[in-house]
Amino acid sequence: MSEISTSLPTSAVATPRRRPVKKAGLPSRGTMVALQIALLFAAFATWFALVKLKILPVFFFGDPVLVLQQIVDWVVTGEVFVHLATTLIETILGFLIGIAFGVAGGVWLGLSPLTAALLDPYIKAFNAMPRVVLGPIFIVWFGLGITSKVVLGVTLVFFVVFFNVFQGVREVSPVVLANARMLGANRSQLLRTVYIPSAMSWVFSSLHMSVGMAFVGAVIGEYLGSSRGIGYLILQAESTFDVNAVFAGILVLTVFALLLDTSVTLVERRLIVGRPT
Amino acid sequence: MIASLKRADNLATMAPAARKAEAALTFDHVTVRFDDYTAVADASITVGDGEFVSIVGPTGCGKSTLLNVAAGLLEPTAGDISVYGKSLEGLNRQAGYLFQADALMPWRTALSNVTAGLEYRRMAPKDAEELGRKWLARVGLNGHHERFPHQLSGGMRKRVALAQTLIMDPKIILMDEPFSALDVQTRVLMENELLALWMADKKSVMFITHDLEEAISLSDRVIILSAGPGTHPIAEFVIDLPRPRDVSEVRMTPRFVELHHHIWETMREEVLKAYERNQHKLAD
Repeated sequence: MSEISTSLPTSAVATPRRRPVKKAGLPSRGTMVALQIALLFAAFATWFALVKLKILPVFFFGDPVLVLQQIVDWVVTGEVFVHLATTLIETILGFLIGIAFGVAGGVWLGLSPLTAALLDPYIKAFNAMPRVVLGPIFIVWFGLGITSKVVLGVTLVFFVVFFNVFQGVREVSPVVLANARMLGANRSQLLRTVYIPSAMSWVFSSLHMSVGMAFVGAVIGEYLGSSRGIGYLILQAESTFDVNAVFAGILVLTVFALLLDTSVTLVERRLIVGRPT
Repeated sequence: MIASLKRADNLATMAPAARKAEAALTFDHVTVRFDDYTAVADASITVGDGEFVSIVGPTGCGKSTLLNVAAGLLEPTAGDISVYGKSLEGLNRQAGYLFQADALMPWRTALSNVTAGLEYRRMAPKDAEELGRKWLARVGLNGHHERFPHQLSGGMRKRVALAQTLIMDPKIILMDEPFSALDVQTRVLMENELLALWMADKKSVMFITHDLEEAISLSDRVIILSAGPGTHPIAEFVIDLPRPRDVSEVRMTPRFVELHHHIWETMREEVLKAYERNQHKLAD
């Protein structure tokens, strides 16, 4: 067998086009960030002014200075970290378990049209139901510990992932599938090398929503009954009419959610391969 | 139809009957029906062992259906398909299939796409990788092992697909307009490469195309299909151009022009028929 040489320029790979540093009509990135921070300060200043001028009652709207003071206190005393850690663990567990069940369920029903048709109305009903209402039941079943929060998170995450994977499995490219079959893949090899990788790209596209759902599950669960977590912190503050602490809790939650979302973006960048998007 | 068959006989002899005994693929009165649409009607085709056969027909005439039947991906409604004399049941394990559309797994690198079939065969990963590298080099893709399909050009993806199919060392290669999406220059290069690979291993090839020039320059034999519905072969021509061929040079030879002219005469009526039918469809 002779070696086949070719004169085709194989280096003609399209390199990803760099995004232009500056979009037409927009200020540079640095300026934009500065403006965004300025906007945040402006919002706080407006809040502060409205409360100080007694346009808004301080009893209901709090004092932004005291809110920030509260956050600093939490951080300095380290009190907030116990709660953050609890909420984080609940979120991560709800997220991972929800994804595992969602992938398993999606692949199963995606590959078995009969079961899918049979379960169809029930899946629709469960999905349409505001599953947060299951929270009190889970607390009765699983107690005030983290289990009830994780279970609530799982029920929320499951459907997001399930529907994506279900769709992903059903929409596997028939050509890729036929090709793998012609290359000799048996059923389990098809599942492992075609269906699941194809479904995974759909899972990735739902990661942001899933982590958000797991977070909602954790916080709502804590709010309904717990002894630890950010939701608990807010609940405590609310029951003592400490509106500043409530706002402080909400701010901590927001920052935490942003951090979660950013870490998902980072994980996504590492994991998503073979997709131009 | 009879007239065109006669013309075919005048021009070139039909495939010798002796080939049938060891034919790689035999379509025996194959009919394929989808609901109330008959895609293929009573088609009988043979592809001899080591023979390069092109199937040419107007667009939308059910060429791919024939190939899917040969691959075992589609069961004929009537008739029989046999592979080396044995009636085909289930997938055709002797055949490799090069699809018209991109069939690479987008989540795998070029190398791991090429070795996918070996993995299915449970070859040791180290051996598979070594063989994969060899094949990527053979199709001119050295140094592109770790690239994903979306990072490769259309031509390079076809090369990966070619390596992916040929690494399995199939006795029969089924090709469905594999180069139709490529630009003319890349296409000629790929065709030459295909011929070189084929000359080296002497596989049996069933090559589907709508491009008559491509069919003549590559094949031992060209089979013309009628316009659909109810596609069936209407004529076949032995291509007696000497080998090895260079696909761009062979097109300049007088014999090529002569063959092209004769085959086109047969094809034209069918192309017109297909065209008229489409016009009707548009009018409806």
